[in-house]
Amino acid sequence: MTIALRYTDAQRAFRAEVRDWMAANVPREPLETLESARGFAAHREWERTLARGHFGMVTWPEEYGGRGCNLIEWLIFEEEYYRAGAPGRANQNGIFLLGPTLMEFGTPEQRARFLPRMAAGEEMWAQAWSEPQAGSDLAALRATAIRDGDEYVLRGHKIWSSRAVYADWGFGMFRTDSASDRHRGISFILFPLDLPGMRVRGIPQIHGETGFAEIFFEDARVPVANRLGDEGAGWQIAMATAGFERGLMLRSPARFQATAARLVELYRRHAAELDPAIGSQVAQAWMDAQAYALNTYMTAARLIAGGTIGVEASLNKIFWSELDLAMHDCAMRILGTRAQLLPHAPDAGDVGAWLEGYMFSLAGPIYAGTNEIQRNIIAERLMKLPRA
Amino acid sequence: MMAASVRELLTDVCAPAVLRAVAEGRDPDGAARWARYHELGLPGLLAPETAGGLGLSSVDFVLIAEEIGRAAVPDALAEHAAVAVPLLAETPGDARVAPVLEAAAAGTARLAMALSQERFTAGAAEADWLLIGADDELYLVPRSGVRLVEQPANDRLRRVHRVEYTPVAASRIAKGVAVREAIGRAFERGALNVAAECLGVAERLLEIGVAYASERRQFGQPIGAYQGVKHQFASAQVKLEFARPVVYAAAAALEGPVERAQVAVSHAKLAAVAAADACARIAMQAHGAMGYSWEVDLHFYMKRGWALAGAWGDGNFHARRVQSALWSGAQPLGPDHTFSATES
Repeated sequence: MTIALRYTDAQRAFRAEVRDWMAANVPREPLETLESARGFAAHREWERTLARGHFGMVTWPEEYGGRGCNLIEWLIFEEEYYRAGAPGRANQNGIFLLGPTLMEFGTPEQRARFLPRMAAGEEMWAQAWSEPQAGSDLAALRATAIRDGDEYVLRGHKIWSSRAVYADWGFGMFRTDSASDRHRGISFILFPLDLPGMRVRGIPQIHGETGFAEIFFEDARVPVANRLGDEGAGWQIAMATAGFERGLMLRSPARFQATAARLVELYRRHAAELDPAIGSQVAQAWMDAQAYALNTYMTAARLIAGGTIGVEASLNKIFWSELDLAMHDCAMRILGTRAQLLPHAPDAGDVGAWLEGYMFSLAGPIYAGTNEIQRNIIAERLMKLPRA
Repeated sequence: MMAASVRELLTDVCAPAVLRAVAEGRDPDGAARWARYHELGLPGLLAPETAGGLGLSSVDFVLIAEEIGRAAVPDALAEHAAVAVPLLAETPGDARVAPVLEAAAAGTARLAMALSQERFTAGAAEADWLLIGADDELYLVPRSGVRLVEQPANDRLRRVHRVEYTPVAASRIAKGVAVREAIGRAFERGALNVAAECLGVAERLLEIGVAYASERRQFGQPIGAYQGVKHQFASAQVKLEFARPVVYAAAAALEGPVERAQVAVSHAKLAAVAAADACARIAMQAHGAMGYSWEVDLHFYMKRGWALAGAWGDGNFHARRVQSALWSGAQPLGPDHTFSATES
């Protein structure tokens, strides 16, 4: 059993094409945080630039603005993307989560309506999973979508909706059967974020920027055609999203390998003034990023050969979120007394390159399903430990 | 396929009752077990077909090594089959080599390895021949030609010795730059094998732990239903899952440039040892006081993990090797270098 990859000539050529394009197009200065109005606008513009290069979502079919790349080519794209230090993907809720779900469960009309505009950065997407009483226990959700002719009337309260303040569209789960409970009677619905009968209120995050929001639905109406999949099948559709694509695509290894490389460089610059124990942490971070990459290639090869991904998504989520946290934690230790400063402080040094990432890494064990929930899934479904 | 057959064989030949007998000194030799290993050609798996072996490569041995770890095989089978035999096979030209290699492949002669990089030798007391590597010289010495200093160890199923040997020119079978390189490769193979064995150990420990946690009830339900227990198992499983691809990638790296192979092997060894350790901790914790008893089989596998942690380069050695490659710039960094060890 081995893992080794000799890239084909076509794959090398693709890498070279991406590398050249990124060198010519990636903004020289980092964009403002996408959690701000100006920063989000800049990130939206970047999505459009990507689309002009036909790099919006390389794994998608050409008819939706993609290139029909396989997963190995996707990994190559991601490697070049992060190697070039390109901006974060502001439309990730769309391209990584909803897009694949539409591909699997959407009607031809829905796919044609939403996917090309998503890949082109013309429509940006927010997620609306959680409710005040339904976080980890998502099946406790209460928001309703009651049928009225050929429309659904949405009522309820969604919260922690990433990007909802600045995005154009949202997706979430609503009870189409108001008498239902738990996983039944839920439908998966797409909605514009500027409907009458809807209020979006930004929630400042720990850094003070408005990265997520709550959405109040007060008889907002959407056409029945905005339902994805069958009525009552929403839970299964949402969970399917959590399998294959989210498990592999939400966080590509390249992102962490790029961070690990920066961390090694940071360590080298400061090594003389550091506790030697930090060297072990830096090396561990590099090794773990490498392990995550190797595991992803192994998974990609398995999927290309017709395999599936299920519970492995939970193993991945724990691993990358803890890795990201460990790397940023380590960087803050290296920065030492400067780590308390904001990037614009006169003596901040390298803080600007790490602070936003550090803050964001703290959220990693929480979003996309808390790591506690992921550990339950691993223990019960993979290891077959008994349920409580 | 091969690995499944090996698992079946070892489940029988190295059943816990056998391990217990060996650990309690009731089966000091194991000649009968070697005959069973030979049923699947294990001792000669990597020997050339001309020597009566199966001619497989080190890479093919990784899954076998996992099975050897999983069974806590109480013999230095991996060292014999996947370190000593390939090194001997790489050392042609001396008339004494061929007959020893043939006997080793047939499982009738047992080999042990003593390299200057490795402080203790496993399987020396049972070996017919020792392959002794020092710098750029390789010696083939009958056991009677060396002095063995036994080092009683926690893992009673893996006896180790310090091998004392004063070089005798007549026993030297090879010398030179190529020999130095061959000895270097042998060391990497040894480290890779123990990494793969650790994966097997980790798997076995989790199985034992999960089985017990599913059965043992307290406060009216199985203890494995409590999140405090469950989450520890899940964390250990994560460590194991992400050690596995590292070990498999290191196997491929052995065929590439040596400085890259060294980093890959060291990473594999560190990751697999850490996984085995994490699995041992939760398996023992889940067993409560039972896990601290001699009566439960758990400790045989746990101690194998400890022994392997110090074998073929300990954690300090491998961590330093990774770090020096990172700090010196010898290891390329960044997202486009995942396969730097194998991509030329």
